[in-house]
Amino acid sequence: MAAEIAVSMRGITKRFPGVVANDNVDFEAAVGEVHALLGENGAGKTTLSHVLTGLYRPDEGRISLYGERVAFASPREAIDAGVCMVHQHFRLVDRFTVAENLMLGDRSGAGRSFRIDSTAVESQVRELGERYRLPVDPTARIWQLSVGEQQRVEILNALYQNARVLILDEPTSVLTPDEADTLFETLRLMAGEGRTVIFISHKLHEVKAVSDRVTVLRAGQVVATVTTADATQQSLAALMVGHDLETERRSRGGEQVGAEVLKVEDVWADGDRGAPALKGVSLTIRAGEVVAVAGVAGNGQRDLAEAIAGLRPCTKGTIRVGGKLLAHADPRDAFDAGVRYVPEDRLGTGVAPNLSIAMNLQLRSFRRTSFGPLLRLGRMRANAEEAIRRFEIKTSGPQMQTAQLSGGNLQKVVIAREFSGEMAVLVAASPTRGLDVAAVETVHSYLLDAAESGTAVLLLSEDLDEIQALNDRIVVMYEGRLSDVVNRESIEEIGLRMAGGAP
Amino acid sequence: MNNSLLIVLIASGVAYGTPLLFAALGELLAERSGVLNLGVEGMMLVGAVMGFWTVQRLHVTTAVALAAAIGVAALAGAMMAAIHAFLVITLRASQIVSGLALTIFAGVYGLSSYLGNNLNLADQPASHTFTAFFPSSMQKWPIVGPIVFGQNVLVYVSWACVVLISLYLSHTRPGLNVRAVGESPAAADTMGISVTSYRYAHTIVGGAFAGVGGATVTLAITPQWVDGITYGAGWIAIALVIFAFWRPELCLVGAYFFGALEALAPQLQARNITLGPTVLWTSSLPYVMTILVLVVVSSGTARRRLGAPSALGVAYVREER
Repeated sequence: MAAEIAVSMRGITKRFPGVVANDNVDFEAAVGEVHALLGENGAGKTTLSHVLTGLYRPDEGRISLYGERVAFASPREAIDAGVCMVHQHFRLVDRFTVAENLMLGDRSGAGRSFRIDSTAVESQVRELGERYRLPVDPTARIWQLSVGEQQRVEILNALYQNARVLILDEPTSVLTPDEADTLFETLRLMAGEGRTVIFISHKLHEVKAVSDRVTVLRAGQVVATVTTADATQQSLAALMVGHDLETERRSRGGEQVGAEVLKVEDVWADGDRGAPALKGVSLTIRAGEVVAVAGVAGNGQRDLAEAIAGLRPCTKGTIRVGGKLLAHADPRDAFDAGVRYVPEDRLGTGVAPNLSIAMNLQLRSFRRTSFGPLLRLGRMRANAEEAIRRFEIKTSGPQMQTAQLSGGNLQKVVIAREFSGEMAVLVAASPTRGLDVAAVETVHSYLLDAAESGTAVLLLSEDLDEIQALNDRIVVMYEGRLSDVVNRESIEEIGLRMAGGAP
Repeated sequence: MNNSLLIVLIASGVAYGTPLLFAALGELLAERSGVLNLGVEGMMLVGAVMGFWTVQRLHVTTAVALAAAIGVAALAGAMMAAIHAFLVITLRASQIVSGLALTIFAGVYGLSSYLGNNLNLADQPASHTFTAFFPSSMQKWPIVGPIVFGQNVLVYVSWACVVLISLYLSHTRPGLNVRAVGESPAAADTMGISVTSYRYAHTIVGGAFAGVGGATVTLAITPQWVDGITYGAGWIAIALVIFAFWRPELCLVGAYFFGALEALAPQLQARNITLGPTVLWTSSLPYVMTILVLVVVSSGTARRRLGAPSALGVAYVREER
């Protein structure tokens, strides 16, 4: 198919202070194709798409759409030219209805009138939803919708704006496997109509499943553009990381599983919005065991992690560590009992971003190391230097501001701090989200080290690959309840449970 | 009947509540666009002094003088708000610090005192004042007479403003846009809505409303100028916006409620009714209520549940890194 070129980017360079995010990137996508943009986190995929959609201006290079040179000064200009993007963090107004959100950007359709009249827009949304298999109630407010539905709204918005080029940034990170499959069908449908879909991902199987061609980015540069049919997951992975991935996983199951360490019994707790987020959760983890909790974000995983770490009050139920009952919502008591917590939001909850690395490493233990009310700075510094060496944290020194660290190194700081003292239970919530492949491997090996040394590990994750790689036992969390997975259910069955279906 | 305590309280509640209502509507516009303006008290004081100055200096008919005074007061408030807008929108300074600074700058011993003393406005009766708009025969009608027809023209203007702002926010495109800017500036920006211009416009217009509110005090309620004449009305107005869940029609109800609380002490005194040992507690009621409202709603979750614009108080930066 000698297709017409829809998007052509030539020699794009974008620099940020201290980083070249895109270095002389050439990218081309044809009319009617699904083109995947593959690369590790930090490879420059998102930056490139922001350059294309007018959010960033390139320092060098030129962009053409359908053969015509363009230079977008804002996302709006890009939208007017038919280039729309579905961001990783949705750009929707939570309190507005679906129709109102679509009207916001409407410059030519039924929603542009001075007086707001949403009925015309609503009927159009229904029509588009049927045609593209994106069912959403146009009168629903965004906050009432699930994350998957919100994503549909974003795609509908692009269709409503007559997008000819649609860019999706890691669209499946918030979806169950089933929802992802439906999304792929929609994308194929759109490409079949002569639209161009640019699909950003770092997940190989998705890229294989949905795209016609793949452009691989590494460290801000294009490594290759290949036809998907000619590539294998292994060849793509090699292009992405620059060397062959270690395919062998560390074998699990050889360890001795010991006594019950964590015992959660019938725990109920309220979520941030005040509604019950945990509805009678019971869970036991033995020493040396890794229990993985699978589930789509927002089904109570964070609340469970916080309840165990003593950060969220339980309205009912008990949590015991090594037989000792934990005090009600007392993080210090939980820590003293040996609970260690690697939170999902590592920058906001995991560390105090404006403090130095040395300070952050001591946040749990300064009471023991300080001299009365005075901190022993010299000792803190020495401890920090040791931790930096042991956990291979890449930094200019212990006095560096923690916020300046990259995601992987930030996570190492959290882990280094939490791994101090007698660790009985390790609660890790999405510990590798947003990390690149190398950092993921490191974090995984720390989790396995912890299990091997007899810690009860609770892993909460949305990433099924991660869950499969690490677990001794999988439970699925849906709407505040846990259900045990019978030995070795397939990924599809687990996915079905995550979406609330009972296999 | 028209002299009964309840009717008088409601009627004076409407009158006393009008400066609060203007100020609260202005604050509501700014907050709906995501800008918290704690400078309302200062803007009211500057509006109060400039409005009063205008009627003292202009030797024209009452109607023209008063119209000009309202215009000058609005302009004064708008200019103050423009400083706030520049600091918090363009320079992304802390909205709380900037607002407080403006109130201190313009308040007692500040700009408004300086202007009042320098222009020799103290201890003079106003040359022109707002009086009841409808003929006195209509004011004698039972109940509606004093409450509805016994008011000055500013009250009727404020009613029109409530209706217009309410329609604007819920039924027009620019209204939808400003709500989007206050809720999710990133979404609005992506859709091509200029966050900066919407925030500037609504902050400045909001300041003009505060200025008019101040002039209402010096030209209609207590037609004179003394230092700090608004007595914290700006602070009450800020609480009122929260109290009203950011909705103009509820601002009206709340403003009249606080107005009636203000009127309570003098009315009780005039009737020789004593509730409790001292009049102090009745005159402090509006302020106590303000503090209570602010305490109740000051937690983040409560504010979100009450309907505070999500991006209230947060500067918008487009580039993510």
